[in-house]
Amino acid sequence: MATKASRSAARLMMAPAVILLLGWMLVPLTMTLWFSFRKFLPMRGGDLGWAGFDNYARFVTSSSFWPAVYTTLLIVGGVLVITVMLGVLLALLLDQPIWGQGVVRILVIAPFFVMPTVSALVWKNMFMDPVNGLFAHLFKFFGAEPVVWLTDAALPSIIMIVSWQWLPFATLILLTAIQSLDSEQLEAAEMDGAPSLKRFWFIILPHLSRAITVVILIQTIFLLSIFAEIFVTTQGAFDTRTLTYLIFQRITDAQNIGLGSAGGIYAIILANIVAIFLMRIVGKNLDA
Amino acid sequence: MARTVTSQRKALTTAAAWIVGLLIFFPILWTILTSFKTEAQAIASPPIFLNFDWTLENYAIVQDRSDYMRFLWNSIIIAGGSTLLGVIIAVPAAWSMAFVPSKRTKDILLWMLSTKMLPAVGVLYPIYLLFIKLGLLDTRTGLVIVLMLINLPIIVWMLYTYFREIPGEILEAARMDGATLKEEILYVLTPMAIPGIASTILLNFILAWNEAFWTLNLTAAKAGPLTAFIASYSSPEGLFYAKLSAASTMAIAPILILGWFSQKQLVRGLTFGAVK
Repeated sequence: MATKASRSAARLMMAPAVILLLGWMLVPLTMTLWFSFRKFLPMRGGDLGWAGFDNYARFVTSSSFWPAVYTTLLIVGGVLVITVMLGVLLALLLDQPIWGQGVVRILVIAPFFVMPTVSALVWKNMFMDPVNGLFAHLFKFFGAEPVVWLTDAALPSIIMIVSWQWLPFATLILLTAIQSLDSEQLEAAEMDGAPSLKRFWFIILPHLSRAITVVILIQTIFLLSIFAEIFVTTQGAFDTRTLTYLIFQRITDAQNIGLGSAGGIYAIILANIVAIFLMRIVGKNLDA
Repeated sequence: MARTVTSQRKALTTAAAWIVGLLIFFPILWTILTSFKTEAQAIASPPIFLNFDWTLENYAIVQDRSDYMRFLWNSIIIAGGSTLLGVIIAVPAAWSMAFVPSKRTKDILLWMLSTKMLPAVGVLYPIYLLFIKLGLLDTRTGLVIVLMLINLPIIVWMLYTYFREIPGEILEAARMDGATLKEEILYVLTPMAIPGIASTILLNFILAWNEAFWTLNLTAAKAGPLTAFIASYSSPEGLFYAKLSAASTMAIAPILILGWFSQKQLVRGLTFGAVK
């Protein structure tokens, strides 16, 4: 049993991490909250006083708000659907006996280690460029007109780039979950003559449900704030302005700190709603 | 009979898995190949796959033109510094939570995790302002601090899950033998904890290396790491595919190699123990 002395020692050892994170959370958050209630234009007069809920109202009534929400939902939803579905298939495939499994695993995981600015620029130039990109060559080879990807199909292009980055994450976690499945149960089902589709639907998928939930929640939190991929490709043009990017532009381009801060508070609330569900799952696991 | 069927099946799944794996890896492979081409060969139509004159000139040009080494050095300092600082702060915290848990340990862990969920853009201006006030804008010190703070929850969590796997009986035995708290930590725990600490360092180094919100927004010419260096290619002049590829290859190669070692820790580190 822990003694009183070791308890206070423990508290002391925890203190630096707790205090730092507390400061990291509270100081900027308080400032954002404060700015969100001010009319604050650093380049046009500075802090012009109390604004009440004006910024909050203006942020949601501006003509770019709903398109940004829509874009955000499409990107997050699109990437989730693609990565989870392909991730399950890939995990099932990699779980089979394969020659050179270790190497294939590395090939599949590799995109996750590529920094976002690199993957966005490589895709943008070497694959999606309408003249010199590989896709353009491929289209021409089949006699089709090359697509101007990041202009005419900007949103699907970004969804594709981001999916490529996140597919390894989903695959790896789902693979880990599949490998923890009790193989006896599967063998028993196979002996009983259950076809593989049924085995997948009634045994594997239910077993994966928690891992899928975790993938969805964690990816949602990261995807809500993707930034570099848009920053180096379209800069928010061609209907690719997400909520995160809209707030970024309000602050850096428009230099309207009050408005941007109100948007920031909305983003924080949104992220917290997702986070609550994730915490529940993580917390439950902590007790086990 | 049954054996031939399974080996046939294995051949099929092997082929399928390799095709999918190579397709997924292809953009990286293509980037690496292009980095050894001349600019003209890089945009040749139809594209050249392997039979080009391999050259290293792009690597030399990238270094000459934009002082690649400085960005690389910044990346190493920022990713390495923030990771080491984070581990130094997190080890005692994770240790106490794993071995002297209290009723609030779980709440503290979950709260730490919740700070990780804070969307960066929501606090962009305050941090920017504080950085100006404290003279930290475009300095490596500033980025070390910020990246340490955003990764601290993951570091604490990873260490906590590793430490929890160290059996408590060993500690009790050491205590019975008269080991002091300091000896206990130094001679009993540390050797057992080193693999976990190493994995934590590895994964967080990778995360810090690839971080691309704060590094893009808080640096300019002086302290910019490789993420910012690559971003400068988003407004190119003239032919630049081979140079972009060379720069990209140099920026991702170290991490691909480290990532290979860290793939087993990835799941634990990024799901906070929710998937094992």
